[in-house]
Amino acid sequence: MKEQLQKDFDNIIKNLSLSQKDIEIKKFSLDNFINKGFPDRKEEDWKFSDLNQIIKKNIGELSFYNDYTSTNKVDTSVFVDGLEHNKIVFINGRIEKIDFDYEKKDQIEIIDQSEIINKFDNNNSLSDLNNAFTNKSFKIVIKKGYQLSKPLIIYHTTNSKIWSKNINLRLDFDLQEDSGLRLVDLFNDSSEKNFLNIFYNFNLNENAILKNYKIDKLENKNIKYSFNNIEQNKNTISETFILSSGSNFFKSEVNCNLKGEHSSAFVNGIFSLDKNKHHEIRSTINHLTENTKSYQLIKSVLEDNSKAAYQGKIFVNSDAQKTDGYQLSKAILLSKDSEFNAKPELEIYADDVKCSHGSASGSLNEDSIFYLMSRGLNYNQARELLINGFLLDVVEKITDSEIKNLIKNMIGIKE
Amino acid sequence: MENRQKEIDKLKDYKYGFSTDIENTRAPKGLNEDVIKFISNIKKEPQWMLDFRLKAFERFKQLKEPDWQKPKYPKIDYQDLYYYSAPKSMDDKPKSLDELDPKLLETYKKLGIPLQEQARLNGIAVDAVFDSVSVATTFREELIKQGIIFCPISEAIQKHPDLVKKYLGSVIPLTDHFFATLNSAVFTDGSFVYIPEGVRCPMELSTYFRINASNTGQFERTLIIADKGSYVSYLEGCTAPMRDENQLHAANVELVALDDAEIKYSTVQNWYPGDKDGKGGIYNFVTKRGLCKGKNSKISWTQVETGSAITWKYPSCILKGDNSVGEFYSIAITNNYQKADTGTKMIHLGKNTKSKIISKGISAGFSDMTYRGLVDISSKASNSNNYTQCDSLLMGNKCGAHTVPYIKNKNSESNIAHEATTSKISEEQLHYCQQRGLSAEEAVGLIVNGFCKEVLQQLPMEFAVEAQKLVGISLEGSVG
Repeated sequence: MKEQLQKDFDNIIKNLSLSQKDIEIKKFSLDNFINKGFPDRKEEDWKFSDLNQIIKKNIGELSFYNDYTSTNKVDTSVFVDGLEHNKIVFINGRIEKIDFDYEKKDQIEIIDQSEIINKFDNNNSLSDLNNAFTNKSFKIVIKKGYQLSKPLIIYHTTNSKIWSKNINLRLDFDLQEDSGLRLVDLFNDSSEKNFLNIFYNFNLNENAILKNYKIDKLENKNIKYSFNNIEQNKNTISETFILSSGSNFFKSEVNCNLKGEHSSAFVNGIFSLDKNKHHEIRSTINHLTENTKSYQLIKSVLEDNSKAAYQGKIFVNSDAQKTDGYQLSKAILLSKDSEFNAKPELEIYADDVKCSHGSASGSLNEDSIFYLMSRGLNYNQARELLINGFLLDVVEKITDSEIKNLIKNMIGIKE
Repeated sequence: MENRQKEIDKLKDYKYGFSTDIENTRAPKGLNEDVIKFISNIKKEPQWMLDFRLKAFERFKQLKEPDWQKPKYPKIDYQDLYYYSAPKSMDDKPKSLDELDPKLLETYKKLGIPLQEQARLNGIAVDAVFDSVSVATTFREELIKQGIIFCPISEAIQKHPDLVKKYLGSVIPLTDHFFATLNSAVFTDGSFVYIPEGVRCPMELSTYFRINASNTGQFERTLIIADKGSYVSYLEGCTAPMRDENQLHAANVELVALDDAEIKYSTVQNWYPGDKDGKGGIYNFVTKRGLCKGKNSKISWTQVETGSAITWKYPSCILKGDNSVGEFYSIAITNNYQKADTGTKMIHLGKNTKSKIISKGISAGFSDMTYRGLVDISSKASNSNNYTQCDSLLMGNKCGAHTVPYIKNKNSESNIAHEATTSKISEEQLHYCQQRGLSAEEAVGLIVNGFCKEVLQQLPMEFAVEAQKLVGISLEGSVG
């Protein structure tokens, strides 16, 4: 893999017109990645999902070189109907379109910052990989007091032109005071066997509100990793919802730093898996100051040979008195071969806190099925009704009604 | 109330902190094959036992000391320890208690463990382990009548080699982790219990561990076998003198329960915790594992952990037999600079297996407490159940309480439920108690005892009283 990395890297450097400093930064990241390699189960955070193995098994040899010189045609048929929205379109990792048609132009600034290195506070080799190979990176600034009138949908499209490729994306968002953003990530893949490595960084200034919905619904054979870092100042709210379903492998990480008083973070997720899929969500909520709040709810429905893992950590600093942290993960195993792993973790250094977590996994409740069948439903209907109700619980946590309906339609949950 | 205050003052200091001035026989310092041969030789062990040790030592040389645990400690120099230390008077084994060195008897009397016949009215058979040797085992004749074997393990190796050969290392294999393998190579003494088929052990069996010599690691090994349909309740207590240095205690405990058998294992661990600045104290790195080998068997661990500078242990159950049951009840209290990383593993292999985990952690002062546990239901363990509850109580914002459970469910017919909470003693509860005339300290004592009640109930009578007192003492000075 080392030779491949080096070769592809040299190719990229040749084709891009980068300053000497950029090249050095990228080289440094590449060396870091070559040293560490893909994370494997020896690392505590990857205990339940050995990415190194998964890539070997599903993809084999990865190539890291992508030709970004030619444009791709934007296929408008993938756009969401019946919901006015702003768009960012990625095709095979290349930004093809950024369009904020519905917003006041002077309230949003888009800054090209490809040369700024990504400094996440996590010792994950994938951020090095991302730094070394990201082609173009933008920072989107929402100006003070401005709330986007329409949601922003980011289309992550890949098509059959690419195969066994590694794609790296990076976006930064800066939400200034009193601003608001609704962001939907929509994965749309007609490619196979690629590894997508996505890093988002959000900075929320006082009173800002961020809502991020990640929807991985369409069936595909890709391997995905997504990392959200959310810095939260005073009175900010972040809401993250993850629908983890379509890809062969998908690991979503959310890291929230609650730095300002009265800030709160919500992370909710659904695993709806079948076949041989293997998905994971890992959330880390760092309560760093007084009077902060967090809430996580993760529900899984696992069929066939699928496997889901949830690692949720609540960290409470010794200054963070009056913290409220609550976490719940529940799983229904529908098949003999499905598997659910959880690691709900509390690390607490302050005494005046209310923190708890719960985790439960098991089969569908036979009593409830019996109840429904005795009222005239057949087994499958009863089963579907129960599963729908189980998952609806999480969908109902979505605070934005437009997007809630969009997601409900997508999963086919009826009320 | 004044009396109570006096009592508290008296108990405030670690009352087991004295050391006995007694002449010792020691193995040469350091860890090598010669020392292992020395230990084996002094115990007059057969060749197969020496081979067992040497094989473990071979393996040990390839292992790396683990470092994933939360409480970090300065590197231990394994070559700077004595691996065997015994009172000289034990060189020729005394035939009866009357021949025992009076200093030893005195020591145990001071510890509140009566070894002499006339004092043995409480109906508990005791095996007393002093540094590396077992000095006395009481009530043996009575137990032998029922066919129960209760003796030091070094004696069992000679007298019951078939049983030892069959079961030693069957739960904790030679190739296990660093400290367990070290123990397999250099273990010195410990207790051996065999309960024959269908026998319900008429009294509590108990081992009392005492570290006396300085610079010595204590490596004892306990093996308990409950044959078909038998029952035994076993208690373990430990103390050590106050010393400025840290001492290592790395014991292995293996339990085997055959068909329909039940083992109840209770520990009140009160090793010297170090002084209030965190100097000295015992490193308690113990491997305890029980195997529910037969169907309908049951193993239950109860532990009250108040001592040690660092406690690092996970008493575990391997539920291999169908319908077997594993239980784990724990109270862990850390104060001052104590650290604990403890919990359990429940590994479900058989069908219809059940496990229950109740863990209560209390941290005060500058201490740090971690519950770390694993519940693993394998794909063959149909219709199995686990319930886990771990609660933590924090006193002050200089201490930490952490929960790190690993939950793995590979069977769609099995259920796992896990709950954990962390909080402090509520102002309302304190106010209520104080309003009714209790001092702040008494109120805290009362509330903490209530918090721990579910676990304390599991202890045998005599231990429960001691444990309850211990809970109060351990938290002295943490309020206010």
